[in-house]
Amino acid sequence: MRTIAYLLQKEFVQIFRNKQMLPIIFGLPIVQLLVLIHAATFEVKTVPTHIVDGDKSGASRHLVERFVSTGYFTVVQFSESMKLGEEDIKRRKATMVLVIPPGFEKDLLTRGAAKVNIILNALDGGIAGIAQSYAAMIIAGYSQEIQTEIMSIAPPSAQTQAAASGNTMLAVRNSFWYNPELNYKHFMLPGILVLLVSLVGLFLSSMNIVKEKEVGTIEQLNVTPIKKYQFIIGKLVPFWMIAMFELAFGLTLGKLIFNTPIVGNVGIIFLSATVYMIVVLGLGLFVSTVTETQQQAMFIAWFIMIIFVLMSGLFTPIESMPPWAQVVTLFNPVAYFIEIIRRVLLKGATFGDIERQWWSLVAYAVVIIMIAVRRYRKVSD
Amino acid sequence: METTTTIKPDERESVITTEQLTKRFAKFIAVDAISFSVKKGEIFGFLGANGAGKTTAMKMLTGLLSPSSGKASVAGFDVYKQAERIKQNIGYMSQRFSLYEDLTIAENIRFYGGVYGLSRTTIADKTGALLQRLQLEHARNALISSLPLGWKQKLAFSVSLLHEPAIIFLDEPTGGVDPITRRQFWELIYEAASEGVTVFVTTHYMDEAEYCDRVSIMVNGRIEALDSPRGLKERFHASTMDEVFVTLARPSA
Repeated sequence: MRTIAYLLQKEFVQIFRNKQMLPIIFGLPIVQLLVLIHAATFEVKTVPTHIVDGDKSGASRHLVERFVSTGYFTVVQFSESMKLGEEDIKRRKATMVLVIPPGFEKDLLTRGAAKVNIILNALDGGIAGIAQSYAAMIIAGYSQEIQTEIMSIAPPSAQTQAAASGNTMLAVRNSFWYNPELNYKHFMLPGILVLLVSLVGLFLSSMNIVKEKEVGTIEQLNVTPIKKYQFIIGKLVPFWMIAMFELAFGLTLGKLIFNTPIVGNVGIIFLSATVYMIVVLGLGLFVSTVTETQQQAMFIAWFIMIIFVLMSGLFTPIESMPPWAQVVTLFNPVAYFIEIIRRVLLKGATFGDIERQWWSLVAYAVVIIMIAVRRYRKVSD
Repeated sequence: METTTTIKPDERESVITTEQLTKRFAKFIAVDAISFSVKKGEIFGFLGANGAGKTTAMKMLTGLLSPSSGKASVAGFDVYKQAERIKQNIGYMSQRFSLYEDLTIAENIRFYGGVYGLSRTTIADKTGALLQRLQLEHARNALISSLPLGWKQKLAFSVSLLHEPAIIFLDEPTGGVDPITRRQFWELIYEAASEGVTVFVTTHYMDEAEYCDRVSIMVNGRIEALDSPRGLKERFHASTMDEVFVTLARPSA
């Protein structure tokens, strides 16, 4: 116990003597929360749109008006040629081309139906998908409005045709639970907190241990009677404490700045973080056993981090990954902790609700610590 | 600085003994069945060209590396079964610097004293005595990184003696330091030896080899010669240890 106390004392003196450390501990959460949270949003604010109005009628102008008035679409060009529209997409001037063919109004009035064509640059599938659904909503709203008008003014033949084609209106109204305003900041903040504690835990712990190898002091430690478990506790506990502090600090910032809802019990979050940080620090210890320099450790840690984060459901929903990738996420501790923290913060999940994820983290912690401890050796072969 | 000791080494008890101690790596044999013993209070020089296997042998004796075969005991403990007991009884100073650059002198002493289980008051007493002996009282709270290399080496040596080990292993302790500091360093070594500490030292400086009670010379993983410096010079008809070393080590170099 005394040995561990001396190890901890040494670590804390070294950590806080490092001039980069305090800016990292306090700067990282502030930057991540204030900057990343705005960058990591899927809201598409303005879609540059090229409008090809081949009809130039009251009806077509009315439709264009509806697009513009939503504020989601900015018209970069009006033209009458599909070719010009396509060129704008190629030259990346426009993301979407709305094509209203000649005879649009006439078709509407005589047949009760007309076609519009929407061309999207789907290089970024996310933006294209969202623009497409916005456009579909606008067109549906327009057709509903026009339908009522046609019903009242169109000749009986058109009315029957519309009825025959089964074009009865279904109004779909969405209600979004747990995040009613679809506030992306509320959705992203818990995930970004996970990113924050993972970064701190993985990078700082692995680089700290490897540094002892790099400068040669590890050899000196290995000829002392320090036991393996004492060394590991002495190395991991400081970063565990720093990560827990970061989590509390980040949650406070989120509450103060973004008014992030904290619906559930914060205790569950810290209980989960306790286990999750053991997983992350175990990984850090493992990385330090397979590397010799801080540079190597940083590279490996970065590699692990990127894969874990991209496959965690932080930026893209796990449900939309291919089945094999979904299986891979079962081995991703980041995914479990993100799910726990989102559900507890936004939905008010109880421990029972997140029990499966919690036990997965516990199992992960046991396995990773066992592997890392086996690999860390005082005596080499 | 000739040794004036009158006790014949052979009459004292052995604190290090090895028998056919061997270390095999995948491709080559780094240490090839070496057998020797070191007596209590002796200054034992462990010489050899770079890559001759000195550091590997020393790592096996300090419990940093497990041997492939053969026997060895250090301070009465078996290197296979009692490596942790050995560690409490030895000091070690490696050629790579062993103190923490970002801690002060006092913090380094406190840390190493602490992990060897010294009490708080013992650590305080030892810190004072150590700083006084090295005339570093004014630098108690100076970071190690701010000290000149010679001071660091003397300090590292003294810190490795904090827990009063029976044996101290020094791996090229004077590499890169000036001749005056080297001389001071050897004064510290003599002081430790006179207090009964066995000194096991590797070096590339042949004048330092002259300071040792006995010297072994390793060539290609084997001990090719082991005697007092005077005995070796007589045997190889050489006037200096330098000539002895070159005669022996040349075939491998």
